[in-house]
Amino acid sequence: MDFQTILSLSLQSALGPTAVIYALAAIGLNVHFGYTGLLNFGQAGFMMVAGYALVSFPIVLGLSLWLGALAGLLLTVVLALLLGVPTLRLRADYLAIVTIAAAEIIRQSIGAATLSDTFGGQDGLTGFIEPFRALNPYTGSIGIPGLVTWSAFDFWVMTVGWVLVAISCVVIWLLMRSPWGRVLKSIREDEDAVRSLGKNVYSYKMQALMLGGLFGALAGFITALRSASIGPSFFATDVTFFAYTVLLIGGAARVLGPVAGSIIFWFLISGLGIFFAQATGGADPLIPASIMTSTQASLMRFIFLGLGLMLLMIFRPQGIFGDRRELAIDAR
Amino acid sequence: MPAEQTTAAAGDTPGNGSRADSTAAREALNQVDHRPGSAKPDPIVVADNVTRQFGGLTAVDVEHVEIQRGVITALIGPNGAGKTTFFNVLTGFDKPQSGTWSFNGRPLSGVPAYQVARMGMVRTFQLTKVLAKLHVVENMRLGATGQSGERFLSALLQRWGGQERQITDKADKLLERFLLDKKRNDFAGSLSGGQRKLLEMARALMADPELVMLDEPMAGVNPALKQSLLGHVKSLRDEGRTVLFVEHDMDMVRDISDWVIVMAQGTIVAEGPPDSVMANKSVIDAYLGSHHDQDLSEDVEEEIIAAAEAEIAGTTKTEERK
Repeated sequence: MDFQTILSLSLQSALGPTAVIYALAAIGLNVHFGYTGLLNFGQAGFMMVAGYALVSFPIVLGLSLWLGALAGLLLTVVLALLLGVPTLRLRADYLAIVTIAAAEIIRQSIGAATLSDTFGGQDGLTGFIEPFRALNPYTGSIGIPGLVTWSAFDFWVMTVGWVLVAISCVVIWLLMRSPWGRVLKSIREDEDAVRSLGKNVYSYKMQALMLGGLFGALAGFITALRSASIGPSFFATDVTFFAYTVLLIGGAARVLGPVAGSIIFWFLISGLGIFFAQATGGADPLIPASIMTSTQASLMRFIFLGLGLMLLMIFRPQGIFGDRRELAIDAR
Repeated sequence: MPAEQTTAAAGDTPGNGSRADSTAAREALNQVDHRPGSAKPDPIVVADNVTRQFGGLTAVDVEHVEIQRGVITALIGPNGAGKTTFFNVLTGFDKPQSGTWSFNGRPLSGVPAYQVARMGMVRTFQLTKVLAKLHVVENMRLGATGQSGERFLSALLQRWGGQERQITDKADKLLERFLLDKKRNDFAGSLSGGQRKLLEMARALMADPELVMLDEPMAGVNPALKQSLLGHVKSLRDEGRTVLFVEHDMDMVRDISDWVIVMAQGTIVAEGPPDSVMANKSVIDAYLGSHHDQDLSEDVEEEIIAAAEAEIAGTTKTEERK
């Protein structure tokens, strides 16, 4: 058992590009669910539209990668409009159904064999990364030697990613302390009351759906840049639900909730994964093969994750940053 | 009232400048016929042929009604008479099958609820709708209209702090007036039922409305608080606002209303000043009951019980004979 390695690899994952992606996706969900009370189960769809737009511009259209980023943001806004127009006048659950279905439709369509000449089918697209890699100021491997290190490219993605996360958090903080944010929080509590006070609830919900989708778009960009490739399997439904888990761990309707949630989530997921891999691997494993083989052990982290979530909901339902008194009000 | 005219200070809200003189408005009602649908000298709301059906049930079928400006009008009637549905239609929360209705002469058919509120017609709800996880003062701030910080870009890029301070001042004065200043920084969800009623009424006033529509303001409120609520409603009229309220508490109706409209089965069956309406035979039959103006003192109670027992004894005898 090598705890040094476990700690090192867990930290690498907790601060690495994956944690950035889920922090950004969860910041978007925080706007939707945490502040406005909109149930968006299709954040992966927003990420995918933005990610594919970014990549398609250089690969399919032969235009600049940066123009692709702009197009990605625009298309996410269009997607939010498409999803919001029919559903935002209805009860919250309709948006949930429509978003989860839309995310799957997008994933199946882009991955379809018919479009494989354009989007590469299930294999996805590669070969767009050069303009981004060319800006990388780092060389070699970077980090704290002996504790945790990343490759120069990963560290470049992380730099860009964490800067985006920081800017996003500042924007959320500014917005949610403003009267605009107060209207969103009020809509979460009671739409009719807000309507009776002269606010256009529909328009605010639409703005919230767009804003949250834009943070999802940033997550989609990092997803493509981190792997230097993109494919439909990067945006499966579980991406959205992992992002929700991240949000609930950190605490909904808190500015730093998604960030802390993402770091903790990926620290635990990799830590547990490596622990069970080590405990069942090697010549004389800690857990003998008669109890658990190494293939079985790779699933143990998700079992523990489920257990952890249950314990969180029982003992700290408000998440890390949440306020218990707020939840007590719900119980009335 | 310390906060009285400061509430009108925001300046950008609808309804300023048309403050009615309440004494004159009340005297003008003396000339009005005591019959359903009678014309008022200075109506703020006029509704014609409004019908709302839920499947086969006609909840509202109002031929013509006018609400006088600057007075307190009560809307009473038995449960299921369509009072709240009519309220919802007037404020844009429900759409009727047919009919026209206007506020200050502006037609309101098809106008969404939030625009109705911006025009100066603000309502409260029968089951109070406070924003539970927001502080009391945040609930109040939300009520203010014309906030530049409520637009997305202005929220990010402009300074809305000055306006926010003005709004907070106004909110604090209203909270003081409604005796909620000690609860200022508590979650609205931690308030009692009566305090929620107060908060909702105070929050509605943040919009500086011309017409305040209260849906059962006294339901579930204890007698002491009821007295202060009565005072608050009267003070709204004295500020020049128009009040329309739905209520079952006849003491309150008699005490504060200048005009009473009675609904039954979706239609308006009677109109008039409280005393004349409560003496009206059809109102007593449909709604009030013949003992409505008596307290259930012991001798009356005994009388009623004796009468009831006699009736029961009579029926059992007739049944035995069969």
